[in-house]
Parts: sequence; structure tokens; C-alpha cells
Amino acid sequence: MKIKVIVTLKKGVLDPQGKAIQQTLNGMNFANVNEVRQGKYFDIEVNETNENKAKSQVEEMCRKLLANLVIEDYKII
Amino acid sequence: MKSSVIIFPGSNCDRDMDVALKKFGFKNQMVWHNDNSIPKSDLIVLPGGFSYGDYLRCGSIAAKSKIIKAVIDFADNGGLVLGICNGFQILTETNLLPGVLQQNKYLNFICKNVYVKINNKENIFFKNIKKNILELHIAHNEGNYFCSEDELKLIEDHNQIAVKYCNHEGFENEDYNPNGAIKNIAGIFNKKKNILGMMPHPERMIESYLSGEDGSLFFKNLLENLR
Repeated sequence: MKIKVIVTLKKGVLDPQGKAIQQTLNGMNFANVNEVRQGKYFDIEVNETNENKAKSQVEEMCRKLLANLVIEDYKII
Repeated sequence: MKSSVIIFPGSNCDRDMDVALKKFGFKNQMVWHNDNSIPKSDLIVLPGGFSYGDYLRCGSIAAKSKIIKAVIDFADNGGLVLGICNGFQILTETNLLPGVLQQNKYLNFICKNVYVKINNKENIFFKNIKKNILELHIAHNEGNYFCSEDELKLIEDHNQIAVKYCNHEGFENEDYNPNGAIKNIAGIFNKKKNILGMMPHPERMIESYLSGEDGSLFFKNLLENLR
């Protein structure tokens, strides 16, 4: 089963890459872009048929490796 | 005194550190990341570089490597651990040190000499060191130290800030902060002060004709304190 994870910077944490992307978009005449926050996306293939079990395993992976909880949040989708 | 430098795939300051430690009298040994144990040591060093290609987050993969359990056990038993640059990043990713090192504020790789002020000398790393301000070299893309306000309060309450970026006179403000680090933090200790992580590279400042000798002061002093 495939589980998808999105890791994003927490609110208030500086995202200089997002800022640079936003400024570039503004410079390309996308004047209405107010903010860009860059994140990471993971496709995880787990050898498991029970969705709840798979998701709880992925949750542990997020906490232990995929996200640094000091600055990042994760979302399992 | 015996020291061990851990080599991860992508470490690139491991041999510089080996040269520096031996120059000042340590009996140094190199330890591979895939080993399970570390030979008897008075000091373990996690060197600078790009362990595991900086994949995922700097230091995050090294923080799960085989050897790290031995490093954590050593540190938990009061052993001295020094992490320089990528080594500092690894120490935060293992939770041996609080906080995280984010990408530099202005998105540039910084490679230059800086001045840092020693903020706390009541520890084995800096006790009795003659100078208060050291000129050291930095070379990093992710040196922007960050932690939550609550964590920062704990760090300050426990006097864990080791070195701070400043000018040659010790004056610190945003102008002398190369990477956007919170409170100009260049290095921190754990609560017990047996673990030090810092972005500047003392091992690059050990020859007057090449760079400077403030790194020599650091190593000589550390060895003296260990004796």
C-alpha cells in the first residue's frame, strides 16, 4: 500500500527558499502571490494491507526520521 | 589522551581533524560509521562535511547510523563529544543537543573567517583558555541555529551557549551574524557541558602561515584540561 507524506515548515519558521520563490513569482508578474512555503513530499510503499497499521507505521517514521519536529510538521494523506 | 574521529560517507574534515588532534598530542584513531563500537577514548569527534550527501536534512541520516548508538552511550556516560559543522548538525539530529541548524538566512554557502566570543568558560572545552574572542573559519550552507523560544530560555538558563558570532572586539549584532542564527549562536553545549557542537572549524586554524592559530589555542587548552 502506498502512503503519502507531506512535510512542511511550522508556522513562523523562516523559509528563505519559499521567500525567494515568492519574490521570483512576483517578478514574473504573478503579483498576487503573497507567500510561498516550500515543503517535502514522500511516496512510501509499505508492505502492509491494513491501512491503519500502515499509517501508524508511517506516523512513527515521520516522528523518527522524515520530519524534524523542532521546525517541521507532517501530514499523512 | 585518546581521541576518535568518526568517518561518515561524505565527511570531508575528518583528516584535517586527525592532523589537528595529533599535532597537539592526542593519540587519534579513525572509526568507520558502520562499526558498532568505539575504541576506548577520552574524546569523540564528529567531523565536518556532508554526511550521506546531506540527504533529507543535514545530519539526519548520520544520526541513525550504526555507530551513533555508541556515541550516545559514550555521551550519556559523561564522555566528551565534539561536533564541528556537520558534526554539530548530527548532534542536533540525534537530540544530544537541542535545536536545529537551518539553511543560511540569505541562501548562500558561507566560507570565511569569523570572530566568535566564548560565552561560557566553566567547562572542560574552554576552561583556562587565554583569549575571549577567537578567529575561526566557517564553511557551511546550513548554520542558521534555531530553536523554540521555550527551548532558548532553557538553553540560556542552563548557560548552554558556548560561542557567539561577533566582531574582533566581541561586539555582537546582526551585522556580525553570518547566517541568521538566533542570538548569534555559533555553538552550544548540552546541559552537562560534556557535549559541544559548533559551526566554526578550529582544525582549520592551526598554522600561522596558513590561516591563524586560534584553533591551536582551542586544542592545546582542551588537551591540558583533559590531563
